[in-house]
Amino acid sequence: MIDSKLKRKQIIVCSVLLVLLFLAVTWSITSGEYKMDLSAYLKTLIGQGEFKDNLILMEFRMPRMLITLLAGMALSMSGAIIQSITKNPLAESGILGINAGGGFAITVFIVIGQVNPNTFIYVLPLISAAGGILTALLIFLFSYNKGKGISPANMVLIGVGLSAALSGGSITMMRKFNEDQAEFIAAWMAGNIWGDEWSFVLAFLPWILIIIPFLFFKSSSLNIINTNDQTAKSLGMNLDKERLILLIISVILSSVAVAVVGSIGFIGLMGPHIAKSFVGPRHQLFMPIALLTGAFLLVIADTIGQTVLSIGTIPAGIVVAIIGAPYFLYLMYKTNSI
Amino acid sequence: MELKNKIPFHFSIIFTIACIILVITFWISIVYGSADINTSTILNAVFNYDPEDVNHNIIIDVRIPRDIGALLVGVALAVSGAGIQSVTRNSLADPSLIGLNSGAALMLALTYAVSPVITFPLLILTGFIGAMLGGTMVLMIGRSRKDGFNPVRLILAGAAVSALLSAASQAIALYFRLNQSLIFWSSGGVSGTTWQQLYTGIPVVAIIVVIFILISGQLSILNLGESIAKGLGQNVKLIRAGTMLLSMLLAGISVAIVGQIAFVGLMVPHISRFLVGTDYKKVIPLTAVLGGCLVVSADTVARLMGEAPVSAIISFIGVPYFLYLIKKGGRTI
Repeated sequence: MIDSKLKRKQIIVCSVLLVLLFLAVTWSITSGEYKMDLSAYLKTLIGQGEFKDNLILMEFRMPRMLITLLAGMALSMSGAIIQSITKNPLAESGILGINAGGGFAITVFIVIGQVNPNTFIYVLPLISAAGGILTALLIFLFSYNKGKGISPANMVLIGVGLSAALSGGSITMMRKFNEDQAEFIAAWMAGNIWGDEWSFVLAFLPWILIIIPFLFFKSSSLNIINTNDQTAKSLGMNLDKERLILLIISVILSSVAVAVVGSIGFIGLMGPHIAKSFVGPRHQLFMPIALLTGAFLLVIADTIGQTVLSIGTIPAGIVVAIIGAPYFLYLMYKTNSI
Repeated sequence: MELKNKIPFHFSIIFTIACIILVITFWISIVYGSADINTSTILNAVFNYDPEDVNHNIIIDVRIPRDIGALLVGVALAVSGAGIQSVTRNSLADPSLIGLNSGAALMLALTYAVSPVITFPLLILTGFIGAMLGGTMVLMIGRSRKDGFNPVRLILAGAAVSALLSAASQAIALYFRLNQSLIFWSSGGVSGTTWQQLYTGIPVVAIIVVIFILISGQLSILNLGESIAKGLGQNVKLIRAGTMLLSMLLAGISVAIVGQIAFVGLMVPHISRFLVGTDYKKVIPLTAVLGGCLVVSADTVARLMGEAPVSAIISFIGVPYFLYLIKKGGRTI
């Protein structure tokens, strides 16, 4: 039974986060090159704005904002699942090289494929997911030891190694690109949120709507996986199979997200951690908070990147790394279990 | 503890073969390139330099410095890797994996942001300071209270510190609009090596390698384990700190010359130990020669592939090797 106190705490934290998220979104949308003032923003939001504000909000800022929110949720959720499967509090799609795998696949696609601008947006998540899954399978394969099963420690080491190889591969191929293509990949690798049209939202949303509820549905088995292997096996669970399925699903989730926002790490690390620090490790409890935290962090990082320079922007991925890496190191310093 | 002094092959034979291979790869590297130049022209260029001849200029001003640069970087990274592996007693350590390269790159980015015209010795110094910054962060966080330098912690800390320092370099590059030169630092290439860099680089690397050879006996003792080394009267802290500083200096120099190249410092010491055992008196010289071979040949391949980044070429060999090491479970030396 879930303690009703924890349940209440979850609801309180979620409501506070929702308010914070709304404030962050407001800050983000009202800043930028065209300064929209607060009252105009609120008016437009309820459908009473002027034509110009309406156009800017609905055609430019809203789709980008939605993509940022969805990507933050997806990355945070995917990190939570990967951490539970690997039983490693420091695992996440960026560290494990899964983002780099998606990037590599996208680079290969641009090199060999006929890029059709109409379908590009819809194909890209598929390509990225394929690259991510292949990378994850490689990691799984290499860290599988006969008799001993998966070694979570090796999984992380292999991921770091593969990540280096895959980014190296992408950089090598970039030499064959024209300037636009090279610029696109470079921006992608830095984690520049580049999807800013409604069609991107359409390409992205279905994945989220299918995968996230599925993961919530799986939260009980995630709880069991997160205990020790003996317990899970004695409860009749086919551990390696369940792990593999959940791994692939969480990889699809993060790969689809990075396809539209570029290679962004550390959200999947910070989101779940902050959430767990409020309500503990039970998946039903912390996953909703992790979703909101992930979205909040990415919106904040993106807005900082957009506003800190007088000319030009800093990609969200860089801001996230500057905030997230020290957090990661702090966590490492604290944990002695690895 | 059993002494691992089983020597698969005789050292002098191995070392001679390695030197011959180095000379051959070096020669091939000078001969092959986008401009077709035959052997006699090369010899003429070296012994009978004619400043009017275009081919002579290519040889003297472009190819030879480039190849010596590759050689120098190979030696520096490989010996640095050997030093780090012996200090951390961790076979998965490498200058790049423990944050030395990204630290050096960050400091170089900062230096370029402050003053674009800077002398090479000063660049080496800033690279060294950066390597110290990155390395100290990784070693402090990666050292767990329980069991010293655990490979998983070290690699994870290295990945996170590298992510942080690279993000900082990128942010600096964007802020000061020096992206073009930064791409060069991060992807690694020896094509721009000048004689001026070499005049500073060669003596520094040579002196450090000689110091390494002089203290190699101490490294072999350290390799037996901290308690044995202390029992044999070694000042473990001093040797560790000294080795680490020299390794950082080597990494700083190589980043200042070529940018970031990973896995040389991981692979080469391994291969050397496989060939001649764990006696560092033999490992260090062989590591230096083989490191040179590796980077020079990788640079040749990169050039033949139309100036692909050397770092990418090396990681294609390096990563499978890294995976193999993990699979084998060779956690400690």
